[in-house]
Amino acid sequence: MKKVSRPLQWVGRYVTHVLDEVGGCTQMIRSCFFWLWRSRFEWSQAMEQSVAIGVASLGVVGLTSLFTGMVLALQAGNTINNIFGDPIFVGTIVAFSLIRELGPVLTCVVVSGRAGAAVTAQIGTMAVTEQIDALYTLGTNPVRYLVIPRLFGFVFTLPILTLFANVFGIIGGYLVAVYTLGVPGEIYITDITSYMGVADFMHGFIKTFVFAFMVGTVCCYKGISTTGGAEGVGKSTTGAVVTTIVMVLVLDYFLTAILTAFGI
Amino acid sequence: MIEIKNLKKDFGPKHVLRNVNLTIPKGETTVILGGSGSGKSTLIKCLIGLEEATDGHILVGGRDITKIHSEMKMAALRRKFGYLFQEGALFDSMTVGENVTFGLRYLTDVPEKDYPKIIREKLALVGLGEDVARLNPSELSGGMKKRVSLARVLAIEPEVILYDEPTTGLDPIMSDIISDLIIDLKQKLGVTSVVITHDMRSAFKIADHIAFLYEGQILLHGTSQDFKKTENPYVKQFVNGSSHGPIQMKLMKE
Repeated sequence: MKKVSRPLQWVGRYVTHVLDEVGGCTQMIRSCFFWLWRSRFEWSQAMEQSVAIGVASLGVVGLTSLFTGMVLALQAGNTINNIFGDPIFVGTIVAFSLIRELGPVLTCVVVSGRAGAAVTAQIGTMAVTEQIDALYTLGTNPVRYLVIPRLFGFVFTLPILTLFANVFGIIGGYLVAVYTLGVPGEIYITDITSYMGVADFMHGFIKTFVFAFMVGTVCCYKGISTTGGAEGVGKSTTGAVVTTIVMVLVLDYFLTAILTAFGI
Repeated sequence: MIEIKNLKKDFGPKHVLRNVNLTIPKGETTVILGGSGSGKSTLIKCLIGLEEATDGHILVGGRDITKIHSEMKMAALRRKFGYLFQEGALFDSMTVGENVTFGLRYLTDVPEKDYPKIIREKLALVGLGEDVARLNPSELSGGMKKRVSLARVLAIEPEVILYDEPTTGLDPIMSDIISDLIIDLKQKLGVTSVVITHDMRSAFKIADHIAFLYEGQILLHGTSQDFKKTENPYVKQFVNGSSHGPIQMKLMKE
């Protein structure tokens, strides 16, 4: 009996924990809308956060997407060359993969590891040193003062970062296609422009918005709900990064399925 | 005046406050004594709405704050209270000056051009020079952090100041300076003070009234003299700081 009940207890505890976190996130989002409606928007905080989350991530996002574009071109070019004897449609493959899939996913994963972790650690430290309580006593709701500007930072900058990532990736692909595979530059560009439509662009863009909102919400919630000193901050930060990366990949599948069903 | 009636607070199965009844008179200093884990911090957090009471009433100027569930109304009520956190809880992303004026931005209509004057005044009240305003909290010592935190509380000119262990972690001289400061503020500004502490020296020095909290209930409420003369074995053991007596300290959290 004991042998059976222990795994069941574990599953029960895990499910309760997950539901607890989902409930907490939902309440926080509700509180965000309440304060957005009721109070002055903290523009200076929002801009500061947009710079910390978005602008500061530009370098790492650019670098990862440049090399992703390069490796995509190399793999696609070589494979197609082996099958058809000529590296055709490299531009199409690189651009499609990036704009619809890899651009949004990679950008969100990189940003959640860089800026998301920082957000959780900062809010978490504030929580364990009573700075969050201090905000309450000084007449400010922490959701209004800390969460809304950061959520804005993620939702505002991630789509722009993804755009940059796409451009860098396509440039990376171009460099490999032209200088390693010997594809003429005009053909690489034409391959992209003749097969890509607005729908493809929207597909990636909508995904990025959803990812950005999720990354911002999870990272802020994990921070605000931190307890247990320095160890607690470490746990929350790891939890936030792991949860957001897994969620980006899981959400990506479902969003792709839904958007494709709608013809986007 | 603050009246606490039959206050109860549970955390899950744990009863932290069992039945607290206490009257805190206006313009005077009430010290709440108690050992670690006796529920002192929870009690003053209930007073300012940082913790929600499980049962009972807290009347502030005749208004029951346990009945306030709207956060906007609660924020208006918090305007009357200042809370000095144990470790200061200064915002480490801001300078001392920005910390001091933080509450003004959200709780008052004081124009921003008056901020430098207020920073100067409030830092002077806690015995600090104007040059401290430019420093970051990480550059301050423990005692200075508490003083800056107190200046931040004073900036919003509260009617009631809640002190969460103001002398803990400070050397004896700095503890005495902070005790003097509490007395000074009461005399100069006429604020009502609620101090939770386990520092007996400081308690006897600053208190007009003392309440002893043990296992979630007030065991004795009286003046310093009452506490010095009491025959209650629990209070006597605590006041004398003796390891022998009816209070058996729990070494681990329940």
